[in-house]
Amino acid sequence: MSAESSYYVPAQSRWPIIATVGLFLTLVGAGSVMNASSAGESTGMSWLMFSAGSLIMAYMLFGWFGHVIQESRAGMYSEQMDRSFRWGMSWFIFSEVMFFAAFFGALFYVRVLAVPWLGGEGSNASTGELLWPEFEATWPLMTNPDPSLFPGPKALIDPWHLPLLNTILLVASSVTVTIAHHALKDGKRTALKIWLLATIALGLVFLFFQGEEYVEAYRDLDLTLQSGIYGTTFFLLTGFHGAHVTLGTIMLIIMYFRIQKGHFDKDNHFAFEATSWYWHFVDVVWLGLFFLVYIL
Amino acid sequence: MSATVDTALDNNTQSDHEHHGPAKGIARWLFTTNHKDIGSMYLWFSFAMFLLGGCMALTIRAELFQPGLQLIEPEFFNQMTTLHGLIMVFGAVMPAFVGLANWLIPMMVGAPDMALPRMNNWSFWILPFAFALLVSTLFMEGGAPNFGWTFYAPLSTTYAPDTVTYFIFGVHMMGVSSIMGAINVIATILNMRAPGMTLMKMPLFVWTWLITAFLLIAVMPVLAGVVTMMLMDVHFGTSFFNAAGGGDPVMFQHIFWFFGHPEVYIMILPAFGVVSQIIPTFSRKPLFGYHSMVYAVGSIAILSFIVWAHHMFTVGMPLFGELFFMYATMLIAVPTGVKVFNWIATMFRGSLTFEAPMLFSIAFVVLFTIGGFSGLMLAIAPSDFQYHDTYFVVAHFHYVLVPGAIFGIFAAVYYWLPKWCGNMYDEALAKWHFWLSFVGMNLAFFPMHFLGLAGMPRRIPDYALQFADFNSISTVGAFLFGATQLLFLYLVIKTIRSGEKATDQVWEGAEGLEWTIPSPAPYHTFSTPPEVK
Repeated sequence: MSAESSYYVPAQSRWPIIATVGLFLTLVGAGSVMNASSAGESTGMSWLMFSAGSLIMAYMLFGWFGHVIQESRAGMYSEQMDRSFRWGMSWFIFSEVMFFAAFFGALFYVRVLAVPWLGGEGSNASTGELLWPEFEATWPLMTNPDPSLFPGPKALIDPWHLPLLNTILLVASSVTVTIAHHALKDGKRTALKIWLLATIALGLVFLFFQGEEYVEAYRDLDLTLQSGIYGTTFFLLTGFHGAHVTLGTIMLIIMYFRIQKGHFDKDNHFAFEATSWYWHFVDVVWLGLFFLVYIL
Repeated sequence: MSATVDTALDNNTQSDHEHHGPAKGIARWLFTTNHKDIGSMYLWFSFAMFLLGGCMALTIRAELFQPGLQLIEPEFFNQMTTLHGLIMVFGAVMPAFVGLANWLIPMMVGAPDMALPRMNNWSFWILPFAFALLVSTLFMEGGAPNFGWTFYAPLSTTYAPDTVTYFIFGVHMMGVSSIMGAINVIATILNMRAPGMTLMKMPLFVWTWLITAFLLIAVMPVLAGVVTMMLMDVHFGTSFFNAAGGGDPVMFQHIFWFFGHPEVYIMILPAFGVVSQIIPTFSRKPLFGYHSMVYAVGSIAILSFIVWAHHMFTVGMPLFGELFFMYATMLIAVPTGVKVFNWIATMFRGSLTFEAPMLFSIAFVVLFTIGGFSGLMLAIAPSDFQYHDTYFVVAHFHYVLVPGAIFGIFAAVYYWLPKWCGNMYDEALAKWHFWLSFVGMNLAFFPMHFLGLAGMPRRIPDYALQFADFNSISTVGAFLFGATQLLFLYLVIKTIRSGEKATDQVWEGAEGLEWTIPSPAPYHTFSTPPEVK
């Protein structure tokens, strides 16, 4: 609850409307790229729109965050403002949790219910008989109900090679970012930089291996987006996770540059803290993926 | 252009960043960080969408005035039902409540503004762009989305028009807007309350919005997830909703309604809050059972996460699922009953007067309860097999949304408009607005119960002769209701421009911080926090 005697209301800002235009162009551009390529038409203009939108978004993010950083460093923020940022970041992460929950829910539903039902389980014997009598429900689903439309994968990713290594990398990176945070709180700038760099490196190596794994899946295993529900859930879950790791890594890199410029002190470093919250969040999601997608 | 913008912004920053008045011209609205400006934009946007969605509804009703295909092609009819639903849900009802939240929550909790004022502006401005995108699909090749506002797969994937891609990205934009708006509301309520304003002293409107915002953050990402799955199925060959690849079209319905059921509470809980503010004022009694009201809203919100499959009793779920979702749904009647009981107990032996906000609130209590009862009927799984996807369902949700959500919004506008613009509205005209809306709306939607029970399916442009009479009555009612809203527009504009000066207190029985500040509310309120005892 507020005990502050006065309160900072920011002046007018042009960033929100720039952000809106950027978001609009990016999404409409992306949509028309997809529509045009699905229809086999030229996508030149659509890519142009998408790129323009993305550039505006990038410009906006630099500008808007830059403005907030300036205000923060000018000491315009009270403790109350700090708490608002904390609530904002926490609830944003909660919304991300729910986004992943939708995809984990889909995985649960197809594994536990939909695929067995297609195989005739429960009261669905006639469904199986009428639709695809050859189909046998297994998980991982290697042969899809209609293999002519959705040829199944030849083999799957072995969880005990790259994924295990990636698990170790990501869990280690959660530890290193925490050590960096403690170093920041103790005022040890050199240790902070080293441990933060270590975290960034671990994140980048994770992403590299994740790319390796995708190449292997597409090139050797025929495990693709089009290879039925296993490939569908596999790529969407790991893909969105990878996108989040990418974003988290970019955030960590920005934190590094800010630290290089002398930003943050013992008590005042919420941007760093928020980034580390986000990083722990993507770590926890990965643990869920490792167990539910790769191992089980 | 950008140079002038810069100077305008710089001047503003220099002159006084804590007590700046409104800027001039369009810049005020594009760049504003003021919760009152943003609230007004939300409300006007919502009203524009209400009229647009209303025109689509009238197109539907005009076609259904007589049996046979009279005015429009079935294809276009489907586009109208789809866009009508989407525009009313995401463009009219939700933004109206966000507008009310913007205007009222800071004033009610004693805060100078919303917690994150720039993000607040962004939340708003995304909406006009999102709806421009959605509505523009009407003019694209292949026509607008035609798969119903619930966009069930495979209608929305395998058999969808090309514009489904823009529909998906439009929904993404609305979701981004809603999530940011909800985060802002929560941060404001949890962090910006004046000293002494403990949680259990908060006005019920604030409480209902706190819980609504939680629901929004919990389910809008799930909506984003499900439209993303559609996008992948349409363009990237995945098989989420395709059984040939091991997916399941029914899974779409599960994920959609996991979003969709909390969503219907998102549209009604703030109206509960509004009514809980208004009824005590015009009964001149404190609200009966404040604590139980808070707990009831909380229980409704929690239950809303475990009832979704009552929308899909007929898709072929296991018996256990049917039973679980039936009983869980019926449980919601308990906290809802508590609320209705408390509203009536508040009025009991009060010294009642019947100004427009009170009329709309009483109509809300009565008619929303009718919608609740038809909801209970639909919750009975074995009977639902009879009236699933009939006009009975249409009657049910229009009873909870029109005299529920929309009457709640009207009541709020009449109640707080004098505080917003400093002038009293014309009570006689407002009563006309109420009674014509009341009659028109009941005429439009009550016969739909009979049509549905007699077997008329929803979402068809043509029907059997036996349904002709009730359909024509319904169409007459719909046009009466629609035309009446122009009266409301006139009344609001008239109040803003002229009218008797409102006092600071406005209503003699009203309580709350918003009535302690001048009318019209100054551009910045509470730059120092008020004391709450």
